[in-house]
Amino acid sequence: MSNPRPDRSFMAKLVVGFPYAWLAAFFLVPFLIVLKISLSQTAIAQPPYTPVFDLAAGWQGVRHFFAGLSLDNYAFLGSDPLYFLSYVKSVEIAVFSTLLLLVIGYPIAYAITRTPRRVQAVLVLLVILPFWTSFLIRIYAWMNILQHDGPLNQLLLALDVVREPPAWLSTNTAVYIGIVYSYLPFMVLPLYATLEKLDETLLEAAADLGCPRWKTFWLVTVPLSAPGVLAGALLCFIPIVGEFVIPDLLGGSRTAMIGQQIWTEFFANKDWPTASAVAVVLVCLLVTPIVVFEYQTMRGVERS
Amino acid sequence: MRKMSPFNLAVLCAGIAFLYLPIVILVIYSFNASRLVAVWGGWSTRWYVELAGDVPLLESAFISLRIGVVSASAATVLGTLAAVTLVRFGRFRGRLLFAAMIYAPLVMPEVITGLSMLLLFVAISIDRGFWTVVIAHTTMAMCFVAVIVQSRLADFDMSLEEAAMDLGASPARTFLAVTLPLILPAIAAGWMLAFALSLDDLVIASFTTGPGATTLPIRIYSEVRLGVSPEMNAVCSIMIGVVGVAVIAASLLTKLGAARGTPARV
Repeated sequence: MSNPRPDRSFMAKLVVGFPYAWLAAFFLVPFLIVLKISLSQTAIAQPPYTPVFDLAAGWQGVRHFFAGLSLDNYAFLGSDPLYFLSYVKSVEIAVFSTLLLLVIGYPIAYAITRTPRRVQAVLVLLVILPFWTSFLIRIYAWMNILQHDGPLNQLLLALDVVREPPAWLSTNTAVYIGIVYSYLPFMVLPLYATLEKLDETLLEAAADLGCPRWKTFWLVTVPLSAPGVLAGALLCFIPIVGEFVIPDLLGGSRTAMIGQQIWTEFFANKDWPTASAVAVVLVCLLVTPIVVFEYQTMRGVERS
Repeated sequence: MRKMSPFNLAVLCAGIAFLYLPIVILVIYSFNASRLVAVWGGWSTRWYVELAGDVPLLESAFISLRIGVVSASAATVLGTLAAVTLVRFGRFRGRLLFAAMIYAPLVMPEVITGLSMLLLFVAISIDRGFWTVVIAHTTMAMCFVAVIVQSRLADFDMSLEEAAMDLGASPARTFLAVTLPLILPAIAAGWMLAFALSLDDLVIASFTTGPGATTLPIRIYSEVRLGVSPEMNAVCSIMIGVVGVAVIAASLLTKLGAARGTPARV
């Protein structure tokens, strides 16, 4: 038995079965429950929705259960512009901040690859390190800086850039700053990983053939780093759409992002079916870029 | 040759400054004797002293640490098993679903993970508290552990395992005697990450927690919503210090482990 064939002994079943069962019970089933509750009605009861699945009632119960489901919550989402605006705002913020992250992260990742090997390892560690400190603390640090009489406004006043201290908190600018700050490592690392593998000889060949540096960068480096760009963009875009803490602490209250909407629906309005429906639509929204990404990667594999 | 242009150097300096300046400013302000941000009242540790008397905050910190240790340990076991499944079991029925369940939580917005967990706990009418948060954190963190351990398993010298099996070791024994020691650095890194994720989490904990299990992030969040305060600056500075020391220690450990795990010296 030179090849460790996947054997199907009792141990092997245990190895597969344990994490499988755990994920099924605590990831898949909860999601199905969300789906189910999104089709239910709000009720003043415990739990606050109907129909409730009643196994004791047997077949009658099952029929009753399915008869009680409806698409009303989704119709409600469609009819109230509040939700539509939240989705639009979330996607808008996610798109612009992903672009911002790309513009800021690319030069940093590129610059890291231009340093000696030993320095690169240290720089990568420096980029990752803030990611380990609490997310909440990093956002709080910006609340400190951006507050009315905080360091930023003091600096601006001292430099005579502004007469009146501008309000930063509760603006979209603050949300963008917070997002870019929090997600920068997620953009820089995949970019660095692809740029670092770039074949130097290609750049030398371009230089030998008389191609100016900027043109080499644009025609050789950028296209070759496309997988890193895509991975980084996806890693940032998806969580940003569902972001809750950053818009809640740094943003204004005029239009909430969709993550905040779910939170309010759930905690303040106690409307579980609507919260579930909002969540289901959000997941559908997020699956699209993943499918596109998978499709692109598959095509890339087939081509090579 | 790799050459450093002034532009690249400037980009690096600006990038590092952008990442670290806010944290440095936060730590400096935590030592401000004055309660007002605009006034520098001299260096002082008074906010740290006041923290020591804040019992609810200390209790929350203790709860968070306990949840972190328990969920990180459970997540490490489950995540390692999941990684072994993904890398070593080839194709089996339901593999696609399994892989999807590993990768989906990595990008799933926390609000949805939290909401779905809570609805599960309500549906099976479990009282929410310490253990529901542990279950939620374990589920989220095991996927991160699985990805880390998986990458280590994937570029691992299979001939070592084959040799052990040829010499008559059972698969279980091979795993314990050969594979496990070699992937230990990755497992340790996974535990660290799981622990940090648990300590860090606000959203999932808010959904799944119950009375008596207010974690530190939930406590900090409820304070921070009201605005900036010097006590919070001090709490955050302490957490930054703890995490900083832990991460540097962990990366040194991983380096040692990686050096020991190279095929040349095995």
